[in-house]
Amino acid sequence: MTSTDGAALAARRLPPGAVVNALAYGDSFDLGATKVSLHPAGHILGSSQVRIENQGEVWVVSGDYKRDPDPTCAPFEALTCDVFISEATFALPAYRWSSASGVAAEIHAWWQENRAHGVASVLFAYALGKAQRVLAELMSLTAETVYLHGAVASVTDTYRSQGIKMLPTLPVADAPAATYSGALIIAPPSAAGSAWMRRFGDCSTGFCSGWMRVRGDRRRRGYDRGFVLSDHADWPSLLRTFSDSGARRILLTHGHGDTMSRYLREQGIDAAVMHTEYGAEE
Amino acid sequence: MRRFAALFESLDTTNATSAKVEAMAAYFRSAPAADAAWAVFVLMGRRVKRSVGQSLLHAWLIEEAGLPAWLVEETYGSVGDLAETIALLVAADARGTHSRDGDAGFSRVRDGQASGLDWAADLSLSRWFTERILPLADMDPAAKRVQVTSWWRELKYRECFLVTKLLTGALRVGVSRSLVTRALSMVFEQPRVQIERSLMGEWLPSAEFWQALARNEGSLHVSHPYPFFLASSLEGPVEALGARENYLAEWKWDGIRGQIVRRRGECSLWSRGEEIITARFPEITAAASSLPDGTVIDGEVVAWKDERVLPFAHLQQRIARVKLSAKILKDIPARFIAYDLLESGGEDLRPQPLRHRRGELAALLGRRGGQIIQLSAELPQDSWQALGQQRQQSRVRGVEGIMLKSWESHYGTGRQRGAWWKWKIDPFVFDGVLLYAAPGNGWRSNLYTDYTFGVWSGDALVSVAKAYSGLNADEIQELDRWIRAHTREKFGTVRSVEAHHVFELAYEGIARSTRHKSGVALRFPRILRWRKDKAAGEADQLADLQRVLAEQQV
Repeated sequence: MTSTDGAALAARRLPPGAVVNALAYGDSFDLGATKVSLHPAGHILGSSQVRIENQGEVWVVSGDYKRDPDPTCAPFEALTCDVFISEATFALPAYRWSSASGVAAEIHAWWQENRAHGVASVLFAYALGKAQRVLAELMSLTAETVYLHGAVASVTDTYRSQGIKMLPTLPVADAPAATYSGALIIAPPSAAGSAWMRRFGDCSTGFCSGWMRVRGDRRRRGYDRGFVLSDHADWPSLLRTFSDSGARRILLTHGHGDTMSRYLREQGIDAAVMHTEYGAEE
Repeated sequence: MRRFAALFESLDTTNATSAKVEAMAAYFRSAPAADAAWAVFVLMGRRVKRSVGQSLLHAWLIEEAGLPAWLVEETYGSVGDLAETIALLVAADARGTHSRDGDAGFSRVRDGQASGLDWAADLSLSRWFTERILPLADMDPAAKRVQVTSWWRELKYRECFLVTKLLTGALRVGVSRSLVTRALSMVFEQPRVQIERSLMGEWLPSAEFWQALARNEGSLHVSHPYPFFLASSLEGPVEALGARENYLAEWKWDGIRGQIVRRRGECSLWSRGEEIITARFPEITAAASSLPDGTVIDGEVVAWKDERVLPFAHLQQRIARVKLSAKILKDIPARFIAYDLLESGGEDLRPQPLRHRRGELAALLGRRGGQIIQLSAELPQDSWQALGQQRQQSRVRGVEGIMLKSWESHYGTGRQRGAWWKWKIDPFVFDGVLLYAAPGNGWRSNLYTDYTFGVWSGDALVSVAKAYSGLNADEIQELDRWIRAHTREKFGTVRSVEAHHVFELAYEGIARSTRHKSGVALRFPRILRWRKDKAAGEADQLADLQRVLAEQQV
């Protein structure tokens, strides 16, 4: 089960022959006496919050979400509910995002500076979502072709098939070695330090992630540059979302859930950590 | 500050040393002289006298953040750097964003309406120091608080971070002293040794200093020492060094490396950290006053009693005292063991071979040395094998091993491999159980990398050592995950963990301690390896360490 927006991505990631049930944002179906609907979460293309209503009581499970605008997906829809189950990946007051267009300008300036020195710019970004967001945000600054690692290229093709506008791209494999000096290449973080990187020779590396907000995190990972760009809600956005929801109870998953729940309880809000079997992401 | 902030950013955003040197050189060429001098000062890791302590800044941060104290602590623990935490929580572009209805405030500041305050960022680096940071020293705490917190509010993230860093001292941006001197050497077209020498000792940054540096005068003050020449650790077999007779062998003393500078009727004693320690060791200074003018001796300050060297811990007690009582001078007498003669009759002997310098040194001390300043004895064993046997005695003699110096070596600058070698004895080892972990600083922030280890005392574990180094990046990550999943209790940012993992630790010495519950203090403990093959019950006993202590004190 996925949103209509996410159906193509889901089909691509699941084994062939898997049945994907798509539901348009806002449409609902019934499970006995319970009404279930999906609503945009603003995290990546097709990401959904799940709204569950039973006998007038409404619960919302946010999944991963963000409040900042993103040209590659539908914006987060603020829902009112009784119980809100929220992610808390970045629930520390140190984590605050500035505008994505500003970050795109930083990435562009870094790319141009590297080009002036004749070196390639290798930008590490999650293959699903972040890479496409960067490609879309850069459109206001340039029309140049960007080179993609295979893992990024296949997801980008799917995004493009869904009508998402992004910079023109070419798979790294198809480009002659000489083209990389001065080029921008987007690769998943797992490619850092691998033999795959050797083809670029001298290059500057950057990483696009909310974790780059903390200097030590960037230095530890050894990237030249850190670009603070996240597909998750930052501290102010989390608080704003809880407030928007009007929920009487907030349950938190992921990351700094214990910190956020204690903070909310001290503000007189009923909150607790909910343990899940979700994997750790970002 | 803007120009310096841009330099900081370019240094902080590359891992290539050549790019760092270029960025510094470009800054030195374009910055006003006074700013360039201050930048050298700061980049070399020097600091002005601290007028605001870490704990005050910490307290003000909690008051200013508008957040519960525990949440500020938790954020600090995660960020791992106080200045950075301050910049993230209270800088101009961070304020008003933490509360539930704060988002409007955030976008307002984000859109740049915090301007009009740009004077603070526009103030030059040197004026930041001379007009703002240095005058803090004469203010009372309340006035300091008003000043510093107003800067935090006015400056944006980057400048706020930098100013706070400058207040607290070390600005760690992955630049070593030698990289700074490389950049200066490019800018002034002077050899690096010359730059090194000009930057020795105490100097205060100013336009005049910068101009003197450019004219190749620098800080050549009468009392200034020479840059220290350092040895490298010998890792391979000693035979690889070639013929035994090509090397001077002497004990590696465990004290404070220092230089006695005797010029124009004055004596100064300098530590390798380029601090004047003259007043701490009056007996050495008194003895040095009988040396002829124009003499500089390199050597080691040690605590010495009853014809033998005392463990380093004794010397530490002596350094720690603000006032030297007659009792402590009597209980812990100091001596200076002379290694090398760097200047004689006002002439710089460093380009001469060691053979010549040692000869001069022995002759000088034979005439004028006395007991307090004594020549470091030459070890006579004429084969590597015999010398190796002598090395086995290091521990009994209270030394760290043997130094090997090529007789042909001139006295270089810093750590240049190839001429001087440390042939250290193997460290002591023990197996300890991980008890506590705290997040590290710098690149280790956000990771539990500051570990406390314990040994068994009966059926309880007592902590005996803290260690930060020795694991590789993968092990650090693995242990960090384990620590988070096996935390027993949290005390602020420190977590106690289940007694499970055993580590082999090395240390250089052991002393009795009244400060530690275990009753022992270990010198320079570090992790050798993670003993996944051992269960917690197989770790060492406190009695094992006490036995080493007893043996060492014979």
